[in-house]
Amino acid sequence: MWATSYLAMENRKTAEMTFWLLLTVNSITFASLLFLLAAGFSLIFGLMRIPNLMHGSLFMIGGYLGATFLGGMFETISFWVGAAASAIIVAVLGAVLERLLLRRLPGQPLAQVLVTLGISFIVADFCLMVWGGDPLTVPGPESLEGTIAIGPMAFPLYRLAVIAIAAIVAIVLWFLLERTRFGAMIRAGVDDPGMARVVGIRVSLLFTLVFALGAGLAAFAGVMAAPILQVYPGLDQYILPLALVVVILGGSGSLLGAIVGSLVIGFIYNFGQALVPELAYFVLFLPMLLVLLVRPQGLFGRFEI
Amino acid sequence: MNSRTIAISVALVALMSLPYWVDGTYYVNVASQILFMAIFALGLNVIAGYGGLVSLGHAGLFGLAAYTTSYMLQIGYGHSASIVGGLFVGLGSMAIFAMLSLRATGIGFIMITLALGQIIWGLAYRWISITNGDNGISIHGRPAPFGIEIGSAESFYYATLLIFVVSFVAVLVFVNSPLGAALKGTRDQPRRMTALGYNVWMTRFLGCLFSGLLTAISGILYVYYQQFISPQAVDLTASAEVLLMVIAGGAGTLFGPIVGAALVVIVKSVVSGYIERWNMLLGAIFVFIVIFMPDGLVPGIGRIFRKFSVRKRNNQPQTLAVEGRQK
Repeated sequence: MWATSYLAMENRKTAEMTFWLLLTVNSITFASLLFLLAAGFSLIFGLMRIPNLMHGSLFMIGGYLGATFLGGMFETISFWVGAAASAIIVAVLGAVLERLLLRRLPGQPLAQVLVTLGISFIVADFCLMVWGGDPLTVPGPESLEGTIAIGPMAFPLYRLAVIAIAAIVAIVLWFLLERTRFGAMIRAGVDDPGMARVVGIRVSLLFTLVFALGAGLAAFAGVMAAPILQVYPGLDQYILPLALVVVILGGSGSLLGAIVGSLVIGFIYNFGQALVPELAYFVLFLPMLLVLLVRPQGLFGRFEI
Repeated sequence: MNSRTIAISVALVALMSLPYWVDGTYYVNVASQILFMAIFALGLNVIAGYGGLVSLGHAGLFGLAAYTTSYMLQIGYGHSASIVGGLFVGLGSMAIFAMLSLRATGIGFIMITLALGQIIWGLAYRWISITNGDNGISIHGRPAPFGIEIGSAESFYYATLLIFVVSFVAVLVFVNSPLGAALKGTRDQPRRMTALGYNVWMTRFLGCLFSGLLTAISGILYVYYQQFISPQAVDLTASAEVLLMVIAGGAGTLFGPIVGAALVVIVKSVVSGYIERWNMLLGAIFVFIVIFMPDGLVPGIGRIFRKFSVRKRNNQPQTLAVEGRQK
C-alpha cells in the first residue's frame, strides 16, 4: 500500500521533471532557430542600417524550398544538401533584391521599410500560389531520427543537433567578423565608407555579400525550423516580430545581443506557451517593455535603434 | 472665396447627395467604407505625416477598439457603454504604445510599433476565450443615436459622413493649432524645438493620443459596418494597407489620406472581383510608389497644377522623410 503510493509519487516526480527538462530543451532549440534568423537581421540592420522587413519572408521561402527539395521533388537528396541549396538560392535572391531595389534607396530607411514590406507581401502571395494554403511537413534528416537517452530522460536527437549547429554558426560568424580580413573590411566599410573605398575596399560589393549572407542564414533557419514548426502561409508574419523583438532586446549589430536575445525570447515564448497558452504571444511584450524602459539601445547595442 | 473653399464645398455637396446619384446599395456601402477608412488614414497621418513618426502597428489599435466594443456588446452591455469602452481602450492602449515607441524615433519607432501591433494580433488570434480566435466575433444590430435608426446602408452612410466631417474638421483645427505647428516642428527640427523650450516628447505624445482617438473611432465604425471582427483586421497587412493610404495619397497633407483611402478601398473592392491576388498587387503598388512617386498623389498632382497656375506658392508639401539615426 505504502510502497505503491510512494512509487506513484516517484513516477509523478519523474514525469514532472521530464516535462520541465523537455521544455527547456525545446526552448533552447527554438532560441537556436531564432538566433539563426535574428543574426542575419541584426547584421543587415546593425551594419548596413537597412531595416529588412522581408526577413521573415526569406525564412519562409527557405522552408518552402526545403519542403520542395526534401519531399516529393528529389526524395533521395540528403537533408543537408537540401538545406544548403535553399540557403544558396535565397542568398542569391537577397543579393539581387539588394542590388536592384535597396541600392536605389541609400540612406532612406523609410523607403527601405516600405519596399521590403511590399516585397514581403508579394513573396507571401507568391508562396501561397505555388505551394498552396495547407501546411507542409518536412522530414528531418534520417540520421537524426529518434531520441538519445541521457540518464532517465530521452531527448529528440534532431533538436539537439539544431542547438549544436546554431552554436557552430555563432562561432563561425564571430570569427568571420572579428578575426578575418573580410570582417575587418566590413567594419571599415560601415565606419567610413568613403575612406574604405579610397584604400581599395569594394564597399558596394561587400554590402551585397553581407545582405546575401543574412538572407542565406534566414533561409537556412527556415529549413532547419521546417521539421519542427512546419511551413504554412503566414509563417513570415509569425516569425518576423520574434526576430524584431530579439533585436530590440539584444541590441542591433551585436552578435552577443542576438544570442542573449534569442535565448530570452526562446525561453519566455516556450514556457509561456506551456503555462499560459492563450497569452504566449503576449508575454513576449514583457521583456521588450523592460528593456525599452531601462535601456532603449538594447542589452548589447552600441546605439539606439 | 479661394479655390480650396470651393473644392471643399463641392466635395461636401457631392458626398451629401451621394446616395442619390450612385447606383445601388453596393456603392453606398463602398462609400461608407472609404469614409471610415479615411478617418483611420487621417489618424495615422497625424503622427506619420505631421509628426514624422511612422507606425506599422496602427491596425492593432484599430482592432483593440473594435474588439472591445464587440466583446462588450456580446456580453450584454448597451451600445453607448460599448462605444465608450472601445474609445477608452483604444486611447489607453495608444498611450501605452506611445510611451514605449517614443523611446525611439525614425526607424526604431517603426520597428517597435510593428512588434507591438503583431503582439495585439497574437492576442486576437490566440486569446480564444475572449476573441473567439480565428472565427472572430459577430455582433448584431447598430445603435440608434437619438432615436434615429442607422440599420440601412443609406442611413449608416450619413452617420459615417457626419463623423467623418467632424473628424476632418478636428484634424484641420489640430494641424493649424499651436500644438499641430509644434508637432511639425518636432518632425523637422527636434533639437531646435528642444532649444526653444518645447517639450518634444509631450508634443509627440499628445499627437499620438489624437491619432489614437481617430483610429479608435474608425475601428468602432468598422465593426458596426461589418457586424464582425476577426484577427485579419488586426494583422500587419492591415497596418500596411492604411500606411499605403497615407503615403499613396500624400503624407503630411490634409487631403492625401482621404484620396489614398478612396484609392485603396476602390482598387481593393474592384480588383477582388477579378483576381484573388490582392496582397501581391498591394505589394507591387507599395514598391512602385516608393520608387517612382515617393511624395504621393496629392502633392504630385498639386505640383502639376502649380506648373500651370500663375500664382506660385511657397508652401511646398513636405515629403515623408524619416531620419535613420538621430543623435
